[in-house]
Amino acid sequence: MYPIVTKRRLHDTVTLMEIEAPGVARKAQPGQFIILRIDEQGERIPLTIAGYDREKGTVTIIFQKVGATTRRLDTLEEGEALQDFVGPLGKPSELEGKQGKKIAVIGGGLGIAIAYPQAKALHEAGADVDVIVGFRSTSLFILMDELKDACHNLYVMTDDGSNGHKGFVTTALEERLQAGVHYDEVIAIGPLPMMRGVCNMTKEYGIPTIVSMNPIMIDGTGMCGGCRLTVGGETKFACVDGPDFDGHLVDFDEAISRSRMYKAEEAISMERHADCNLMKKGESANA
Amino acid sequence: MPNMDPKKTPAVEQDPIVRSGNFQEVSAGYTTYEMAKGEAERCLNCKNMPCVSGCPVNVQIPSFIQKIKEGDMAGAHAILKSTSNLPAICGRVCPQESQCECKCVRGIKGEPVGIGRLERFVADWGMQHADELPQPESAAPNGKKVAVVGSGPAGLTCAGDLAKLGYQVTIFEALHTPGGVLVYGIPEFRLPKSLVRQEIATVEALGVEIRTNSVIGRMETVDELLEEYDAVFVGSGAGLPNFQKIPGENLNGVYSANEFLTRINLMKAYTFPEADTPVRVGKRAAIIGGGNVAMDAARCAKRLGAEEVYIVYRRSEKEMPARVEEVHHAKEEGIIFKMLCNPVEIEGDENGCVKSMQCIEMELGEPDASGRRRPVPKQGSEFELAVDTVVVAIGNSPNPLIKSTTPGLETQKWGGIIADEDGRTSKKGVYAGGDAVTGAATVILAMGAGKKAAAAIHQDLSGASV
Repeated sequence: MYPIVTKRRLHDTVTLMEIEAPGVARKAQPGQFIILRIDEQGERIPLTIAGYDREKGTVTIIFQKVGATTRRLDTLEEGEALQDFVGPLGKPSELEGKQGKKIAVIGGGLGIAIAYPQAKALHEAGADVDVIVGFRSTSLFILMDELKDACHNLYVMTDDGSNGHKGFVTTALEERLQAGVHYDEVIAIGPLPMMRGVCNMTKEYGIPTIVSMNPIMIDGTGMCGGCRLTVGGETKFACVDGPDFDGHLVDFDEAISRSRMYKAEEAISMERHADCNLMKKGESANA
Repeated sequence: MPNMDPKKTPAVEQDPIVRSGNFQEVSAGYTTYEMAKGEAERCLNCKNMPCVSGCPVNVQIPSFIQKIKEGDMAGAHAILKSTSNLPAICGRVCPQESQCECKCVRGIKGEPVGIGRLERFVADWGMQHADELPQPESAAPNGKKVAVVGSGPAGLTCAGDLAKLGYQVTIFEALHTPGGVLVYGIPEFRLPKSLVRQEIATVEALGVEIRTNSVIGRMETVDELLEEYDAVFVGSGAGLPNFQKIPGENLNGVYSANEFLTRINLMKAYTFPEADTPVRVGKRAAIIGGGNVAMDAARCAKRLGAEEVYIVYRRSEKEMPARVEEVHHAKEEGIIFKMLCNPVEIEGDENGCVKSMQCIEMELGEPDASGRRRPVPKQGSEFELAVDTVVVAIGNSPNPLIKSTTPGLETQKWGGIIADEDGRTSKKGVYAGGDAVTGAATVILAMGAGKKAAAAIHQDLSGASV
């Protein structure tokens, strides 16, 4: 079992947890992911590593309540434990030789949690890092102080303009590019349509762009092939060949279609767990 | 007098129509001692024991069968266990017809002795009487430690044999449940998971420690294991699924057999939504391939409600690598066999889901490198098969994780770890066996490799031979 050491709600739908998993913490590097399972009936879900503390033996995950498992995960409290927690999986992000390079790290939604450790590592490695992040609204801001310390310039966009900067991350990126800023590299992490949007733009400007893919998978070690995607016309497995890929070569339409494979089943699962939670509440009310 | 019936005593099986709607075990084997005794009486107890030469783990077949005849079940069980750590599994999933039973002299005129069924009967008896049987004896601890990577049949066998010799053995398993292909691959109706758990418990009872959620190559490397352990055995299995590289293979509804079976067997998707992991089968499913894995996938699809399930295989039935019994069971359950037929493209609908598969008919030409006649496409014979699920069961390539993180470990061009007959690799202290070396093969061959590697490790670490 893997105890939950810390639990912090970043806002209504996003939660941070520190999990005690010394074996994973010992080897974890930015860009890698873990797979967890809540209990015996649970599914295996991949989550990117948002941080780690080798001395404490903990790994930080940040998740958004989007499906049955993440909703259930959010009901667990400090002191409780996860049945399974395996990692680190996937190849670490390429962070060597970035000194002096001008890099834009772009995060959207929960992707910001994953973009943050990369930005931090690049910033510490001596790269000139600009961070561009996008949220739906100011009420959904996460990790703002941390991000400020992990870059040279921080640009924050909101869909509703509630922070005075209305638009998507691509809006901010385009402004920068049109202003003549030259980026050696762009790293984009977030929802698939956002990564696709960034890649379409950087392709025009000829800027190498790395994206972090997070498809449906089971084992995370290459065995199931459920996480396959097309990169440059070839089938790749996100778990062993990635999760980082050259964004200009990724077939995003296919990735988006594959990410929707179990939409109907997800709804059934959510309903079932909602019923279970209601029943639990009913039981405790009766007790 | 031996029983001269030319046919095997039949095993008790669930009715095909009933069983194709449930995941309970298809065969109950021999349900009474009389049935087993009757079959045992068919064994002529040949002095030269041809059957034993067909067994990769050298089970003393005539000897254990004699004990059944004598009514000495504990004796029969002791003989089985002396060479096989997992007899209840072998009795169910070994391809006996191409191993022990194909060497049986009774097979010359009629059917061979039902060695597999007898092995299963004795092993199951042993499980039911586990409390009354003497605990397996292990040698005194010799102070040496061995790490085993993977808890499938190769790893479990290697670990069990080494533990009996006094080694302190730790198994590292990447998944959350030990057993490898025995739990994620082979379905419940062919190999009940409770039985696998019990067989694994007997290995643990020998003092073997199993650490799940431990991916070697990521969490720890083989070199790091070598700092702590005197030897490392790699039995990591046939990792990455192969695809045909035809258009449409990434559509929703196309699964590798590994994924399809893992969802169902390991993640219990057949109980969804009780278990959180779903699997989508639809009404019409095509399984590509002709091995046991293809049969397992087809029979799972049927049990999950597919009305029409096809096996699509590019050669003829004669060349199919699946066990005869699996093919027979699949046919009984209504699986449709499309032989000499190869997919060329999978087509999707506007939502990116599979709607049909284009196939082409094949004919057999000259023998190829495998000695089997090479299938060649028949010009102009293309046809469309309307399906909503496609499962690709055409084999696996070894997982690159260990290869890429273990300097000095030589591999074949196709990725298999290079090891000699006894499992010694190019790297000192590192041994390997099973599918990681041979590519996808059988449970029993992996067990045989685990056994040989255990002997080689013992020889190298202690100078003794087993």
